[in-house]
Amino acid sequence: MQYMLIYSEPLDTFALRDDSAQAPAYWGAWNAYIGSMAQAGVMISGNGLQPPHAATTVRIRDGRRQVQDGPFADSKEHLGGYVVIEVPSLDVALDWAARSPSALSGSTEVRPVLPPPPAPAG
Amino acid sequence: MSQAVRTAVETAAREAYGRLLAWLAFQWRDVAAAEDALADAFVAALRTWPVNGVPAAPEAWLMTAAKRNLLQLARHQRLRSDPAVTVLLGDDSAPDVGLPPLPDARLKLMFVCAHPALDGSVHAALMLQTVLGLEARQIAPAFLIPPATLAQRLVRAKKKIRDAGLRFEEPEGPELAERLDAVLEAIYAAYGLGWDAAGPDGTPAPEAGIAADDLSQEAIYLARLVAGLMPANAEAQGLLALLLFCEARRSARFDAVTGAFVPLHEQDTARWQRALIVEADQCLWQASALRSPGAFQFEAAIQSAHCQRASTGQVPWTAIATLYSRLLHVAPTIGARVGQAVAVGEASGADAGLRLLDALIASVDASGDYQPYWAARAHLLVRAGLPNEAAAAARRAIDLSRAPLLRDWLARRYRIATA
Repeated sequence: MQYMLIYSEPLDTFALRDDSAQAPAYWGAWNAYIGSMAQAGVMISGNGLQPPHAATTVRIRDGRRQVQDGPFADSKEHLGGYVVIEVPSLDVALDWAARSPSALSGSTEVRPVLPPPPAPAG
Repeated sequence: MSQAVRTAVETAAREAYGRLLAWLAFQWRDVAAAEDALADAFVAALRTWPVNGVPAAPEAWLMTAAKRNLLQLARHQRLRSDPAVTVLLGDDSAPDVGLPPLPDARLKLMFVCAHPALDGSVHAALMLQTVLGLEARQIAPAFLIPPATLAQRLVRAKKKIRDAGLRFEEPEGPELAERLDAVLEAIYAAYGLGWDAAGPDGTPAPEAGIAADDLSQEAIYLARLVAGLMPANAEAQGLLALLLFCEARRSARFDAVTGAFVPLHEQDTARWQRALIVEADQCLWQASALRSPGAFQFEAAIQSAHCQRASTGQVPWTAIATLYSRLLHVAPTIGARVGQAVAVGEASGADAGLRLLDALIASVDASGDYQPYWAARAHLLVRAGLPNEAAAAARRAIDLSRAPLLRDWLARRYRIATA
């Protein structure tokens, strides 16, 4: 089964990316983690994301386009990246989630990927 | 339909439901679909057995019918490439040929029900529903949850089991220990439901709709299964000991002639089942040798102490009070605090016990609606020579009691005491 692991971090953890003293440790942890998933052959796809200050949110309301600076909701934790993995069960996906650096600083959500709809008959 | 066929279906349902469901759910990885398929199989049995006769192996017949239903569902959903379907296809034996005895997957299914990815408040109820085939309305009272709310949570949990791909294999290491607690709690709750539902002749209280003896027997069976599979787990042994002590005294709870309720300390010890008490004591001894004390072991030790009355004629109240204080260290429940107050009241005088009850009601709001609190209070007030106060507490206990036999007994006892 495929699962998306959704990594969320608090803003002060995002800030480590730009802290010259701490950035190497921050990226080192993520590289080691992503590297071990790649090595285990479970990773289908994934990306890291720029911090929430770079986010723009769009809504259509009453037929009008509303564009807003910032992520969709103000919250303590923000989406920082995601991967899709192929593993036999939720339990294995939870094990991978538990190893992610964001599980320590923020949270990692695990969601099963919607399976493709069945092929049409005939 | 003939009574014989209905009885055959009911017997199969009672004896095989949990085993069949666990096996189907295990193969299919979908508890809700397995429940539906098995329910349809029972409906088919009620339709065809009166015509064709009850099959020689009813369980195998039901299994085959349920598997067909699941395969039909799979064809409908075009999931033939699914490994679960392949497993079911692999064994398409004719309905009446006896299958080899199924490996008992009930315990595995219980561990799935205790998965940490499922809402913790529903773990035990989900086990009771899937393994014992109980409905939400029968289980809800044990968990103090409105039946509709519980039903909703159960549906939600089963959806998640189906959609999120939970692992059905038994957990290992620390996770096994964590989930085992939930499994033991559920077995204890099942036994409690059977205990509460039981009447003088072992028949269920009509409003419960559960065959009380069956439920208690199932609970003991599951406790034996867990204790046997995990001989090194002290609490698993402790739970089995606790259930066996209770079971040994089950029939003595009701007067042999009138069927009236008989409280523990007035029970005729000749009606206690010695063999069960001996077995329970052995279990408890094995548990304590593992040197890993826990709530079930303390509760079992308290029951063991009560059972000493059969050989010594005395209840060792001081020892029981000590056991309660140790129990409260690991499981500070209202029930244990009430039990402690009674034991202290017997060992050190009613006033000491009443002081503990006063402290309890001052610190825990819920004790105001807790029936055993008022029953204990009435008991100790009589001892303290305060019959009027005792009668008032007894009235409260009667109002809060759901069991008619217990209400009758309280009314009889305190009318005498206050006359």
